[in-house]
Amino acid sequence: MSIDQAQVHGRLPAALDVFTSPTIRACTRGAIILAIGAGIGCVLFFLLLPTLIVVPMSLSETDYIEFPPRGLTLKWYSAYFNDPDWMAATWFSLKIALATTATATVVGTMAALSIVRGCLPFRSALQALALGPMIVPHIILGVALYLAFAPLQLTGSFFGFLVAHTVLAVPYVIITVTASLQRFDPTLELAALNCGANRLQAFFLVVLPNIVPGVAAAAVFAFLASFDEATVAFFISDIGGKSIGRKMFEDIDFNLTPVIAAVSTVLVATSLLLMGAVHLLNARKPNA
Amino acid sequence: MTNSSPHSSARSTLSSARFYSPSASLGLAAPLVAALVAGFLYPVVRLVALSFSGGTFDHYRRIFSEPLHLGVLLSTIEVALVVTIASLVVGFPVAYLMARLRKGLAGVVAACVFIPLWTSVLIRSYAWVVLLQRNGIVNQLLLEIGITDGPLKLIYTQGAVILAMTHVLMPFMILPIYSALRALPPDYIRAARNLGAGPVRAFVAVTLPLSLPGVFAGSVMCFVLALGFYITPALVGGPGSMLMATLIGQQTTVLLDWPFAAALSTVLLAVTLLFVLLFRRTLSLSKGLNSVH
Repeated sequence: MSIDQAQVHGRLPAALDVFTSPTIRACTRGAIILAIGAGIGCVLFFLLLPTLIVVPMSLSETDYIEFPPRGLTLKWYSAYFNDPDWMAATWFSLKIALATTATATVVGTMAALSIVRGCLPFRSALQALALGPMIVPHIILGVALYLAFAPLQLTGSFFGFLVAHTVLAVPYVIITVTASLQRFDPTLELAALNCGANRLQAFFLVVLPNIVPGVAAAAVFAFLASFDEATVAFFISDIGGKSIGRKMFEDIDFNLTPVIAAVSTVLVATSLLLMGAVHLLNARKPNA
Repeated sequence: MTNSSPHSSARSTLSSARFYSPSASLGLAAPLVAALVAGFLYPVVRLVALSFSGGTFDHYRRIFSEPLHLGVLLSTIEVALVVTIASLVVGFPVAYLMARLRKGLAGVVAACVFIPLWTSVLIRSYAWVVLLQRNGIVNQLLLEIGITDGPLKLIYTQGAVILAMTHVLMPFMILPIYSALRALPPDYIRAARNLGAGPVRAFVAVTLPLSLPGVFAGSVMCFVLALGFYITPALVGGPGSMLMATLIGQQTTVLLDWPFAAALSTVLLAVTLLFVLLFRRTLSLSKGLNSVH
């Protein structure tokens, strides 16, 4: 061991010998750790700041952006909740997001069962295809969906959005539910079948209760994927049906008011609450 | 991997019994296939077909003969590359810290990664507009400290696009690296240290090579997503920092040249798929999302 150590030290360039004195080494080590810590602190600040900056801005009395914000008011929130345009967009998006959550969760869970437990020859191709909407740039999907939907008068329609957002949300469901299914011991399902349950009973009584945290997490991801989606919504919205993402995009581009900060704060709070719910669900999971 | 133990061979015999019948498997997958055909395959195929409208390659000739359009394609790839490298350099230490810290502190770091990840890209782009604008927070701070005499032009530049995109994509880099580092047994590093390696050497010889699958997964994910970014460059970028997605957006919403937009989309799609296929083995979509829970 000591010979090995000597060899390792012997490889150090002579110029580094200064650093081998114990005190100097301890000092440089401390300084390096401090520098790395400060650097990582800056990165964390960089990650968090843009998201959280919208909260103080939404409470500022001035109607231009100022930092630190002056005064304390809820008037931008009341402006948001009393604006028919904002409310129409919010309800439209909420309806679509809820319908998308239901559709994507059911369709995605069924497909995940087929991918993990089924015997289709093209399973991996199906999985790759289902993840496609995540990889293909959303601008391309937006343009493509507009071209396909416009002749059918589906732009700005509930059904058009439902189809588009289901396709966008399904990858999250497939990834999450597939992972849950792979962690679930299939012998339990076999035991249920042996005891006389049919496939459907075995699924609802044995498999589903065991993967329910994964399915619930998938539902949350599907909701957020739909509600926060803006690129595809930008193309398939029209005057009659406008999602909150489209409305925000327009306002940021043309009409930068603190109302957007209030809307953003509401959306950030919603996302955080939902993510907290997922975290709690998974904390209760037996063998995670 | 060989199933040599009697237990695992019994398990594998059992597992063949858990397969759904072909008709049941097909029935389970059918709704997804229907949704993908209606909302993904058919529209994309139609778009690609539109780019060849009139039976000519004229639109493609236009893309590759005009230096402006070719420049946009190259600068899109360049920006995606810069964003990927920036996310890797800045994100790696965060992932490392998240994997190595005690549970409570690691949770704080994880929150810093997850809060932006689950915030709409729109909100984060809006925040960057506010931070970087002429009388924005960053400029006010720089004036107060006395670094500059007048407000700097920060927003509507290529730099602003790179900064904001790095912010949006960094979690996609951090999470796969975190998963790779978490899977690395701490014994390996202890063994390296016991054999006389210093902390730097143990990191370079053990931790770094074993984290590479995560690094590749995160890099490919970041790069591919960056190629198609629309919202962020559209809001914080200017006319001088046109990317493929913003060019497509401009062709469709301002110039209404749909066949040309379709050709640009097809080129962007081809570039994206090319990179996905090249790095298919390293791209693990599930890795990042699975570490969410």
